Amino acid sequence: MAQGNGAQGPLAGVRVVDMTWAWAGPHGTQLLALLGAEVIKVESHARLDHSRMRSLMGGAMKTGPDGSPIFNDLNANKLSLTLDLRKDAARDLLRRLVSVSDVLAQNMRPGVLERLGLSYEELTRFKSDLIMLSSSAVGSTGPERLYAGYAPTFASLSGIADVTGYPDGPPQPLSGSVDLRVGTAGAFAVVAALYRRRQTGEGQHIDLSSTEVMTSMMGEAFMELSMTGRVPGRNGNRHDVMAPHGCYPCAGEDQWVSIAIGSDEEWTALKAALGDPGLEAEAYAGPAERWQNQESLDPIIERWTRQRPLGDAVDQLQAAGVPAMRVHLEDSIASDPHVVARGYFQELEHPVLGRRLVGGAPWTFSEDDVGVHRPAPLLGQHNEAVLGDILGLAPEEIERLVADEVVR
Amino acid sequence: MAAAPRDTKRAPVSGGMLDGLSVLEFGRMVAAPYCGKLLADLGADVVKLEAPGTGDPARRRSPFPGDHPHPERSGLFLYLNTSKRSITLSLQTEGGRAIFRRLLAEADVLVEDCSPGELARLGLDPGDLAKQFPRLVHTSITPFGESGPYRDFRTHHLNVYHSSPHTTFSYAPEGEAKRAPAKAGRYLAEYDAGLTAALGTLAAALGSAATGRGQRVQVSKQEALMCIERVDIGRQINPPKPPPWRGSLGGLLRAKDGYVMVTPVQDHQWLGLVRAMGSPEWTQSDACRDEMARQEHREELQPRIQAWAETLTRDEIYHGLQQEGTPAGPVRTVAEVQEWEQARERGYFVEIEHPEAGTHSYPSVPYLFSGKGFGGSRAPLLGEHNEQVYGERLGYSPSDLTFLTAAGVI
Repeated sequence: MAQGNGAQGPLAGVRVVDMTWAWAGPHGTQLLALLGAEVIKVESHARLDHSRMRSLMGGAMKTGPDGSPIFNDLNANKLSLTLDLRKDAARDLLRRLVSVSDVLAQNMRPGVLERLGLSYEELTRFKSDLIMLSSSAVGSTGPERLYAGYAPTFASLSGIADVTGYPDGPPQPLSGSVDLRVGTAGAFAVVAALYRRRQTGEGQHIDLSSTEVMTSMMGEAFMELSMTGRVPGRNGNRHDVMAPHGCYPCAGEDQWVSIAIGSDEEWTALKAALGDPGLEAEAYAGPAERWQNQESLDPIIERWTRQRPLGDAVDQLQAAGVPAMRVHLEDSIASDPHVVARGYFQELEHPVLGRRLVGGAPWTFSEDDVGVHRPAPLLGQHNEAVLGDILGLAPEEIERLVADEVVR
Repeated sequence: MAAAPRDTKRAPVSGGMLDGLSVLEFGRMVAAPYCGKLLADLGADVVKLEAPGTGDPARRRSPFPGDHPHPERSGLFLYLNTSKRSITLSLQTEGGRAIFRRLLAEADVLVEDCSPGELARLGLDPGDLAKQFPRLVHTSITPFGESGPYRDFRTHHLNVYHSSPHTTFSYAPEGEAKRAPAKAGRYLAEYDAGLTAALGTLAAALGSAATGRGQRVQVSKQEALMCIERVDIGRQINPPKPPPWRGSLGGLLRAKDGYVMVTPVQDHQWLGLVRAMGSPEWTQSDACRDEMARQEHREELQPRIQAWAETLTRDEIYHGLQQEGTPAGPVRTVAEVQEWEQARERGYFVEIEHPEAGTHSYPSVPYLFSGKGFGGSRAPLLGEHNEQVYGERLGYSPSDLTFLTAAGVI
C-alpha cells in the first residue's frame, strides 16, 4: 500500500517491547510496527501467545506455534525474542531491553507484571521516561480490576452487544474485531504519550480499559439516555430517522444490497431508479411517512432487487445517485474490483504458512513507507539479533542463555 | 469550562498529552469529528470549521433533550465535539478560502472529510496545499479512498459497514432462518474510521515535529474497517475454507434476567466454570478432558451449561465466574452500563454542563495517563469562537468580523 518515496515510517526510531498477547494488544503494537516502530515481541515456549495456539472461533489449532494464520494477521513486521520470565536472568534481560526502548506494552491481568518485579515504577529505574501501556478488560483501578475478558465479554459489558442485532433476536457481541478496536485505541494512546514525551521529556503509564473503548464508540447512545430517558436498543439494519434503510436480497442465494436514504433528493433518485408506481403513494410522501411505513415500503424495494444480480443493482442505484453498496460476505471481498484496484490485500510469503493474502495498513501516507513488510515472526526468530545487536551480548553468552533455558 | 468528573478518583489531565498540537477540523457527522474529538480530549487545540448558518449536519441529528430538535442541543453533536472550538467559515467564497489558507499556515494538522475532488474544485487542491504548507499533516477521510471504481459512491453508515465482510459468525441460537446480516449498533464503522484516522494523523504529526516534513494521510473507511476485521477476513479469503461456525462452548447464555457471555477457552478457565457449577459429575467425563474434546462434544455439553445458567442472574454468573478466573460478562443495556460501579469508580462518566442543552452524563476517555483522565470541556456553540480565533490568530477586530459576516464569509 505504501506509495511513498521509500522513507521510513513516522515512528522510525521508536522501539517497543511488546509483552502483549491474544488479539487486542498484538494488533495495537502491530499498528505501531506498520507505522515504522521497531516492535520486539517478548514471548516464550513456557507461555505461548494464545493466538499461536487457538481461537474462540476455530478452537484449538493443530498447526503448532509457527503455523497460526491468526498470529500472522496480528503480528506483522515484528521481531520475536523468547524469554522465560520465571527465571531471574530473563527478567534482568528484559530490564536491559527496556532501558534501551521507548515503550512497553502489555495486557496481562493487572498485578501480574508487578509480581514479576516488572511494575512501571520498577522499570522506570531503568528507563526514567518509559511509556508503558497496560491494557486490561475493565481497567486497572476499580473493584473489578482483576477481572479477565475477551472480545465478546468487552462487547457485552460495554453496551455495544445489546444494541447490535435484530429487535426480535438475541444481542450480537460482534467478534474478535472488538479486540482490534481496543488495540487501535491503545496504539493511539501510546503515540499521544510519545508526543507528550517529545514536548516535556516525561513518560506515562497508560491504563486502558477495553470495555470503555467500546462504550466510547457509541457515546451518543448515552446522550440519548441522558436527554430522553429512553434506553436505546437493537434495531437490526434500521435507523433512528432514515428510511428506507436496510439490506435487500438480490438474485441468487445470500446476495444482499444495502440501501440507505437520508434525504428527499436520495428518495427521488431511488424512485427514479426503481420506477415502481407504488413508491408514489401518499404513505411515502415525506421522510416521517417513509419512516412510519417502512414495513410496507421494504417489500416494494425488494421486488426490484430480487430481479437483479447484486452487481447490477449496485451499479444502477449508484448511477441514479442512491447510496447503495454490496454487502460483502465471507470471501467475496478478495475479488471486489475496487478492493483489487486499490491493492488493499497483498500476498505475503510466510516460511510455514506459505503464500497468504493479508490486509494492509488502514492508511495511505504520501511520504512515508507505511505498511506490511514482513510476516509475523517465528517463535524466537530474532533472539540473536535482539540479544546480540541490540543488547550487545557475545555469541557465547547467548548460547549459555539458551542452554540455561533463560532464552526459551 | 472544565467538566466535573462524577467522582474525584480520576484527576483531569493537566496540560494534556497533546498540548501544543494545533488542529483544524473540517468534518461532518461522525468519523472526522470523532478523529478531532480524540485529539481534542487529550489537549490538542482543535478548531472546528463549520458552514455559516447551518454548521455540522450532526447538529440536526437526534437525540435532543425531550425530543425537541434544536441546533445547539444535539446529543450526537455534543458528544462528538467536546473540547473543541468552533468558527464559521465559508469555503465557497474567495475571502473564505484566503482565510482558510491563513489558518493553515498556523496549524500542524488539517482533518477533513470532503468528497474526493471537492477540495480541488474549491481551488484548494491538496497537492498545492502540500507545497504551500510543507509541515502540514493533511488527513482526508472518505468512504472508499480517492482512487478505484467506488471512489465517488454515495454512502451512509449502513453502506460502509456492510462494505467490509464483518462477522458472518454470530452467537445467535443455531437453526435460525437466514436474514441479512445486521450492522453493528449505532455508527460503529464511522467511529472506526475516526479512531483509525486519529492514530495515523497523530503518528504523522509526531513525524512532522521531528523532521519538519508533513504529509497527506488518506483513510478509506472501508479499509479502516477491513483492517479491524483482518483476522476474520484472513480466514475467509485464504484456503482452506474454514468449517461452518458452530459456536464456542459457553458463549452467549440465557440467564434468569437476560444474556451473559461466558468464555471458558483455556483449561484453567474451563476448570473455573466447573467449580462455579459445583463440579457436577458430567464435567468429569471423557468428553471434558481437554480443549479439543470439549470442542468436539460441544453439542452434548452446551445444553448442560445453558441449564445451569438459567438458574442464576447475569451478575451472579459474572462475579461467580470471575472469582474462579473464568472470563465472563453480562450483556448490559445502555442504562446498566451507565450505572456500572466499575466505570463510576474510574470516573469514566463525566457530567458536562452546556448553556443550551443542560447538564448530561457523557462517556469520557477510555485511558488514564499516569492516573489522569478526561480534562476536556463542552462542545462549542456554532461560531462561538469566531472573535477569539480570528482575533488571536489573524488579528481581526470585531468590526472586521461584522463585515465578514455580512459578506457571508463567516
